[in-house]
Amino acid sequence: MTKLDLDPQVVRKARLLAERAAQPVIEMARTHTTVSVERAQLRLAGLTGADSDGLPWVNHLVDAVRDQVGLEHGVALPVFDALLREPYADLGDLARAAALGAVTFRLPAGGDAEAAAEYARCAARQGIGRVDARRAERDAMLRLTGDPRQPWIYLIVATGDIYEDIPQAQAAAREGADVVAVIRSTGQSLLDYVPEGATREGYAGTYATQENFRLMRAALDDVSRELGRYVRLTNYASGLCMPEIAALAGLERLDMMLNDCMYGIIFRDINPRRTFIDQRFSRQIHARAGIVINTGEDNYLTTADAVDAAHTVVVSQLLNERFGKEAGLADGQLGLGHAFEINPAIPESFRLELAHAQLVRELFPDAPLKYMPPTKHMTGNIFAGYLLDAFFNLAGVMTGQSIILIGMMTEGIHTPWLSDRDLALENVRYVRDACGSLAEDFVPRPDGFIVRRARQVLSESVDLLERICDDTLLKAIADGTFGVTRRPADRGKGLDGVVERADGYFNPVIEILESEDPHATAVPASAGRAE
Amino acid sequence: MRPQDSATTDRTAPQDLPSIIRPYGDTTGDAMVQLSFSLPVPAGKRAELAALQLAGKMGLDPASVVHSKAMGPNFTFFIVYGKVNHLIDYAGIEVPEGREYPLLSAKEIDLAIRTVLNRRMVVVGACIGTDAHTVGIDAILNVKGFAGEKGLEYHREIQVINMGAQVTVEELVERAKAENADAVLVSQVVTQKNAHIHNTKQMAAAFHAAYPTAVGPGMGRPLLIAGGPRFDTVTEQELGVDRIFGKGTTPREVAGYLVHALLPDWTPENPAETP
Repeated sequence: MTKLDLDPQVVRKARLLAERAAQPVIEMARTHTTVSVERAQLRLAGLTGADSDGLPWVNHLVDAVRDQVGLEHGVALPVFDALLREPYADLGDLARAAALGAVTFRLPAGGDAEAAAEYARCAARQGIGRVDARRAERDAMLRLTGDPRQPWIYLIVATGDIYEDIPQAQAAAREGADVVAVIRSTGQSLLDYVPEGATREGYAGTYATQENFRLMRAALDDVSRELGRYVRLTNYASGLCMPEIAALAGLERLDMMLNDCMYGIIFRDINPRRTFIDQRFSRQIHARAGIVINTGEDNYLTTADAVDAAHTVVVSQLLNERFGKEAGLADGQLGLGHAFEINPAIPESFRLELAHAQLVRELFPDAPLKYMPPTKHMTGNIFAGYLLDAFFNLAGVMTGQSIILIGMMTEGIHTPWLSDRDLALENVRYVRDACGSLAEDFVPRPDGFIVRRARQVLSESVDLLERICDDTLLKAIADGTFGVTRRPADRGKGLDGVVERADGYFNPVIEILESEDPHATAVPASAGRAE
Repeated sequence: MRPQDSATTDRTAPQDLPSIIRPYGDTTGDAMVQLSFSLPVPAGKRAELAALQLAGKMGLDPASVVHSKAMGPNFTFFIVYGKVNHLIDYAGIEVPEGREYPLLSAKEIDLAIRTVLNRRMVVVGACIGTDAHTVGIDAILNVKGFAGEKGLEYHREIQVINMGAQVTVEELVERAKAENADAVLVSQVVTQKNAHIHNTKQMAAAFHAAYPTAVGPGMGRPLLIAGGPRFDTVTEQELGVDRIFGKGTTPREVAGYLVHALLPDWTPENPAETP
């Protein structure tokens, strides 16, 4: 049936090993919380805005609760208890008073605790209801405008100014982009708060803010209606505020979010425990919101060798799949990543690429795989780069990839110009149209080079997973197994925001997310926006 | 400021090269160039005339638009060929300095450090400022290396501290002092709004302030090295660093430079290669 004739026993073994490797980390995530998980909960409860310096009220409120009673029981009980006891109209008033030190928090008990929990549950239910309404809205838009056929063409905008991004994104959509990603300002992943409002300055990207999300989604809705094709919007649920950004994405109907289980650890030196806890909550939100996650395995190949490290990509995909499913994501929400990064000077590099791409396709038949173009071997020779991108597009079409990120011939020179994008789209359109259903005819020779290479990578993946199981995942990360970088569990940024849950920990959002089927919601689209 | 050592750079151009040159298409002196650009106007005859006017002002005469394509309703992309009227005084262009130090093998580098320092050489690296792109620093420092060469971590005699991304200048100075760093490497990939220049100058100033009595690199302060793809418009003096490495630099070039700059008295028995 499958083209590579992979041994189902080996595939099953790989999945079981991934499950075993992930288990202790999932257990840790279940028994801990972070400042950002608590802040995300308050955002879903409706707390918005920031002080005059731009520090959000959710940060003020969580910090105040943490200083007075700690976070091990969660912020919900102290916050809603204070709201019941004190004459504040809403969470915003309470947060402003708390920022001035005017609120005394306590951990309520008995009947007071029950009253606070009930109040918190109501607020959480409203927030989740808004996320559900956004999901229904997406379904309605898809029915109205139509869903583009795969592979979806994925394009990036990155001007730093949301008001420049909007016309560029609309132009890209008109030129054929099915997915628009707004690259985030590089500084943002290490900010322990989410900036507020529409932003016009960023470094190599635009800040992820709720208002920027809203503006861009509205602009893409306009162009979707114009084109009769739903244009998806992507951003990044990563960095220190991963859970909050996931919540904002759910509230503003983003469609896909970059959300990797290990990327922040390896490439941003964020503490491993912080990342895994934040990641689990953010994926629970994504599952509920109908958001497709994109994982970042392509990045490993930018530091490690794409041939030697091919199996680390597969191992990370299996781990991402396991963590994702445990958090409630469906197969159709697992946009697992991989990349075309083999040195073109290596003989048969294209054959190797086909082997890797086909292997991933067959291991995850129902996942919307995201295939990333060459970046490491783009030399500044834009003509050679254009050719390499065409081969990448060809590999993507031949192996049935679901989402193809458009390679830029000016990769590594500058952020894409309007004409770079136009030429890149011409490239992918030509390959897609010229090949048509070529994937049907691409059947690697049994026991040929491609089949043997794919099996070898799978067997190396199983070996590595066995070592990780023996050693524990956190130790493997500390030893530099992924992306070569060593990241010990007790180091990295954001560790001070990790708190072990106490026995009576209460989080009404997690309560809803864990007790209900995330895909069973049936809120009519007419529920509209909650504001 | 770079001492000229035994490295033999040929500073005279071969005699048979012409002294005045023009671009070459397929005939000597045809002066043909190609360029591409976009104009913010709808495609059409008027847009093509606008493109030709630009070409003319750039010194292309005659010029021809060989390709024009609408990019949405308000932009047009052009490919233009033309003959330039500029002459280049090739004889008047000084041959740039080549690498002033030899490349050494890993063995030689370790031997040099052992012999002269009699301890491990400490190298602290980081991406500073908002730059989160660790590709460059990792390529130089990580064992994995770059272009088939192992990174500095590979050397038994080099202790590498890779602080990763988005390190503040204060953190870097503090760590360099705490570790008694012999050299500090910073990588800057993001260049928007000249962030790479600004960050590097700030870093260099902080080091010079933190080591007020230093005489020079390796003499009271660490050797300061900046790396990144877009430093080609500035000099070491302007940034305040000892050395800039550009795009495509390999770990071996950096390792060779560390020995050259920090262990100037050491001479290899048999230099592996001289430029």
